[in-house]
Amino acid sequence: MSPAPQTLSGWGRFPVGDSVVATPADRAGMARALGGDHGAGIIARGLGRAYGDSAFVAGGTVVETARIDRFRGFDPQSGLLDVEAGVSFAEIIALFLPRGWFLPTTPGTKYVTVGGAIAADVHGKNHHRHGSIGMFVERIDVMVADGTVVRCSRGENADLFHATLGGMGLTGMIMAACFRLVRVETSRVTVDYHRTADLEETLTVFESGDAGSEHSVAWIDCMASGRAMGRSVVMQGRNTLLGELSPEARRDPFGLPRKRVKSVPFTPPVGLLNSLSVRVFNEVFYAAHGNRRKVVDLDTFFYPLDSIRHWNRLYGPRGFIQYQAFFPRKSSLDGLRELLSTIVASGAASFLAVLKSCGPADDAMLSFLEPGHTLALDIPYRRGVIEALCGRLDRILLEHGGRLYLAKDALMDGTTFRAMYPRLDEFLAVKRRYDPVGLFASSQSRRLGITPA
Amino acid sequence: MSRTPKRDDPRNVILVGATSGIARPLGRRLVARGWNLVVTGRDAARLAPLADDLRVRGSGTVATLVFDPSDGAAVAGLFGAAAALLGAPPDGIIVCHGTLPDESGALLDVGQTRDAIDAGFTSAAMILAAAARALEDRPGAFLAAISSVAGDRGRQSNYTYGAAKAGLTAYLSGLRNRLHPRGVAVLTVKPGIVRTPMTEGLAAARSPLAADADTVARDIERAILRRRDVVYTPWFWWPVMTVIGAIPEAIFKRLKL
Repeated sequence: MSPAPQTLSGWGRFPVGDSVVATPADRAGMARALGGDHGAGIIARGLGRAYGDSAFVAGGTVVETARIDRFRGFDPQSGLLDVEAGVSFAEIIALFLPRGWFLPTTPGTKYVTVGGAIAADVHGKNHHRHGSIGMFVERIDVMVADGTVVRCSRGENADLFHATLGGMGLTGMIMAACFRLVRVETSRVTVDYHRTADLEETLTVFESGDAGSEHSVAWIDCMASGRAMGRSVVMQGRNTLLGELSPEARRDPFGLPRKRVKSVPFTPPVGLLNSLSVRVFNEVFYAAHGNRRKVVDLDTFFYPLDSIRHWNRLYGPRGFIQYQAFFPRKSSLDGLRELLSTIVASGAASFLAVLKSCGPADDAMLSFLEPGHTLALDIPYRRGVIEALCGRLDRILLEHGGRLYLAKDALMDGTTFRAMYPRLDEFLAVKRRYDPVGLFASSQSRRLGITPA
Repeated sequence: MSRTPKRDDPRNVILVGATSGIARPLGRRLVARGWNLVVTGRDAARLAPLADDLRVRGSGTVATLVFDPSDGAAVAGLFGAAAALLGAPPDGIIVCHGTLPDESGALLDVGQTRDAIDAGFTSAAMILAAAARALEDRPGAFLAAISSVAGDRGRQSNYTYGAAKAGLTAYLSGLRNRLHPRGVAVLTVKPGIVRTPMTEGLAAARSPLAADADTVARDIERAILRRRDVVYTPWFWWPVMTVIGAIPEAIFKRLKL
């Protein structure tokens, strides 16, 4: 009963590849899925929100964690949550926000699984204060190549812990994890909007306001050029306290507005996000956000795009890539300037581009962020054009000591990757220890030379 | 600004076959309503993590009972055991256990046929018989069991399974007729193709007609709350099966279904 391969992609819908898909329901099923011949390799997949080719392996096997989705325990004293890998952030919020708990950090979508979040060591709008999700993870249970489940933490099998956190699923299949939730008093965020004229002012606003802000992020207009290059709307927020709510809202402090979820029902034959439509959007967005304070709900603040299902279809059948670059603090102004001017000159449209200041690096071997700045932007895929542009951007990154985020990457080459991730050899040594035959591989790991192509 | 779940009077319910693909999301929905559950299954090792999950999700009691639905003595003792675990007599039961025999290849042999009928009908009927005796004097109580659209008409690809489910549908119909005057609801659930571990790997599970287990669970939850008699889930199976049921046998026997 070997099922036919399915064509899979990441959220960017580029590239695509055919993999045999298994959806086990428990630990025994996962161990069974490991058996047999897997051709190009085997890789776990959560909700498929990584943009590129990290959650499938063309010519291999994909193990979906959709049914590995049980809560195992919660300690209301410490906030420690014990869950299986396939539990989504959306489920955690639905269950725990009404009890006064929220995720310690969250990416821009809640439709990610715990397993995927740990494999990508995701970060959110509070990275400048608290670092990535790894900072809150106490323990990971990993099913390694021989089918055994190895429990790892900073004190036990620490090598596996530091390689699995941010390890893109290449050490084994994350089965379960323990991490801390944080207390919130309400489901709202009090946000200060600050419109900036250029890149330098944006970085200055981060510099002056971030220390006092739990959350901080900037929407940046990637179409603006010349003196306006890097103009942004900076959003700095903190969790709203109960006492700040109106007496009426206080009756339901954890309520969220029931939003009509819009959907992109099919993929339009050509992408709708082109330089004209994006330019119009950017002008309107920039003009609409003056300097002011506003209380918004968590969904609006953290997950604006989750209200449009399948928004990735807007880029048309060829898909898009997301390019997320990091620059260390000492070079970020120069690096960002060079990166932005290259993007502006290329005319590549970017819809939501996001700039954020970054805080402490965690102890993952393939950790992405450290103090500095990160810029994330979408680029519609156009064969040849994109490869050339990304090659230029990669070189700018390397010159400034930056690196590219593996959860977004779809195009980088192995030499560039190696230069950006200095602890790769250490990572590979751990991988060999737990996966001596190199069973775990993704299309991305094969492209980057982490596993043999 | 409200999205807090609706709560009703806490119910004490037995969920038989709780580790099955449809029961999993259904159990989650019921504990979210604050209901107390006794979850049963054959395999203690699979039942324990399921119960832990339901305990984190809900606020009520969740008890486990390792239980073999084909064991007559165990079935006779089910309600007593559940009452002891919950500290209160159950006022509802949902029968979800089941297996899908593979009838796509060679004809089933005699033993396989008996196993398929026992799994699909005999054990469910025994449990419902025990449930009817336990609940007949509790107005407001409910019984629900998962039958199948396959029981509406025998097709060459799954008629043994279909025959067992047809028996179950008939049994539930009679039981409903009998318990209605006593204020006890009996629900027949008729799912179509559902993506669950039971159907994993089958071509049918990739059909556009295949439904998510949670969609089916939502329909069952709603039907229980509304004290419905029969629910097709997803809804479109009702017109589909009405049409299939109306095809004359002389034509039907020639179709590849």
